[in-house]
Amino acid sequence: MIAMIGKFRSRHDRVLLLIVFWLLLALLGPLCSSHDPGAIGSQPVFSAPSAAHLLGTDYLGRDTLGRLLNGIRHTVLLCFASTLVSCSVGTFLGIAAVTARPWVEALTGRLADGFLSIPSLLFALLVIAVFGTSTTALIVTMGVIYTPGAYRTSRALAQRIARLDFVTVARARGESTPYIILQEILPNMTGPMITDVGLRFIYAVLLLSNLSFLGIGVQPPEVDLGSMVRENMLGMAYGSPAMIVPVVVIGVLTVGINLALDSSSGRR
Amino acid sequence: MNSQTLKLIGRRFFAAAMSLIFVIVTVFAITNVLPGDATDAVLGQGATPQAVAVMRHDLGLDRSVFFRFWFWLWGVLHGDFGHSLLNGLSVADAIGPRLHNSLLLAGASAAVSVPVSLFLGITSAIWKDTVYDRVVSIMTLGMVSVPEFVIATMAVYVFAVRLHLLPALADVGSVHSLRQFLSVFFMPVASLALVTLAQMVRMTRAAMADTLSAPYIEMALLKGVGPIRLILVHAIPNAIGPIVNAVALSLSSLLGGVVVIEVVFTYPGISGLMVDAVSSRDVPTVQACALVFCVTYLFLTTFADVVTILSLPRGRKA
Repeated sequence: MIAMIGKFRSRHDRVLLLIVFWLLLALLGPLCSSHDPGAIGSQPVFSAPSAAHLLGTDYLGRDTLGRLLNGIRHTVLLCFASTLVSCSVGTFLGIAAVTARPWVEALTGRLADGFLSIPSLLFALLVIAVFGTSTTALIVTMGVIYTPGAYRTSRALAQRIARLDFVTVARARGESTPYIILQEILPNMTGPMITDVGLRFIYAVLLLSNLSFLGIGVQPPEVDLGSMVRENMLGMAYGSPAMIVPVVVIGVLTVGINLALDSSSGRR
Repeated sequence: MNSQTLKLIGRRFFAAAMSLIFVIVTVFAITNVLPGDATDAVLGQGATPQAVAVMRHDLGLDRSVFFRFWFWLWGVLHGDFGHSLLNGLSVADAIGPRLHNSLLLAGASAAVSVPVSLFLGITSAIWKDTVYDRVVSIMTLGMVSVPEFVIATMAVYVFAVRLHLLPALADVGSVHSLRQFLSVFFMPVASLALVTLAQMVRMTRAAMADTLSAPYIEMALLKGVGPIRLILVHAIPNAIGPIVNAVALSLSSLLGGVVVIEVVFTYPGISGLMVDAVSSRDVPTVQACALVFCVTYLFLTTFADVVTILSLPRGRKA
């Protein structure tokens, strides 16, 4: 086991490992709970943990653990999907800015600057006011919000790689631009871009949790970690796990990935 | 200040003006791309065609998009943000007093968080890699890693629910004495200050640590300069630019934080208004609030860059 951890020495390996772990939890977690997450039984509300309900019950007497696993599923999958959108679009545009004609870089660069001059939460509020809170709207909104950041990272990486000797050699060999992009530039960007995925993923989790907490993210009957805190706010007076556990899970998720990103012992 | 500095600042202001135009156009465009329009939202599905036509005419929706844009922009430039779709009241009148409240909250939080984070950031850079630095670093990393509402709800849990020391809601109307002022404002201000503090400490520390690792600091050390003189005379003057930049950039994270904090404490500020308007899809109110926020944000980021430019050593001569 320790040897296995030792293998994931570089920073992006650890970030990747954590993301895979959360994705597995999101996909398999809800299957592990024997309770129907939506079932409102005759149990008391905000009950303490017991053998039947490992984390007690929530404000409608539902099983907190079942709700939590469903909440993790929504938070992780929504945020991961939006991160995929922003990082793939951002990488595409970043490489295009470096390899295509100069006006592409001028245009995309200006657009990115413009979008970055709008605070992300504000942008989300604005878009949700118009398009509503459907799953697609949330994914696309968060995807758009974090595309300029991913674009800047990938552009900087591609610029640095494009100046290296092996690219010059490939060009002198007469390789086509698609070949250079796919065979020379992209493979050398993968590691740092995974780190960037980790960063955007955290941003997305924080934003979605905030939105859902404000009541304009994931809507009932669906649940994510932020809306779970919101709907169980009354349980605060009783110190109910239904309100505290989702907060802790958000913290573990984001602090964990942040620590992996922050670690300086990695290869880069 | 020389001509090069002036040129840089001029270029920065030009970029800010461009961003402002981009923001205005974006805010208008996003709120106008929808195929259906405000009449559906207000009148509902059972509206007669006549009613829809009258309302469309009243709102100017039967004119072209460009006409509506200029009409809206003209109003905004004259302080007229249109009328709320919900109650027909003037949006500008609704925003006015709330903006005042929000600025009060944000200003008070900045007054707390800026000195504290400067102190923490600079000292932890000086005592880099000590236990003190590690503790500050871990705590701030933890705080930037959790969403803003977590800190606020924890504060409510500890001070209002467990200790019964402070009210859980910010009833600004009941403030008549200093004691009441403190009891109402303590939790929102402290939460908001904590939210911005973490970011600011980390950036200040990075800026200061960067300066301290420069060769001329090592030179000064070798020359036998004392530690206090080294920090105050050699390091801080050169770190001021990046530090002010860090502070101004972190203050812009106040804007995100203020939204959440105001909702948690039901503080009567502009973001509470905006969140309500988003839930009820009251587009004119959302537009106006978004503009106010974006302009403030733009102002802060531009200010940060201008300070950086002014602090460049090559601009100080002549």
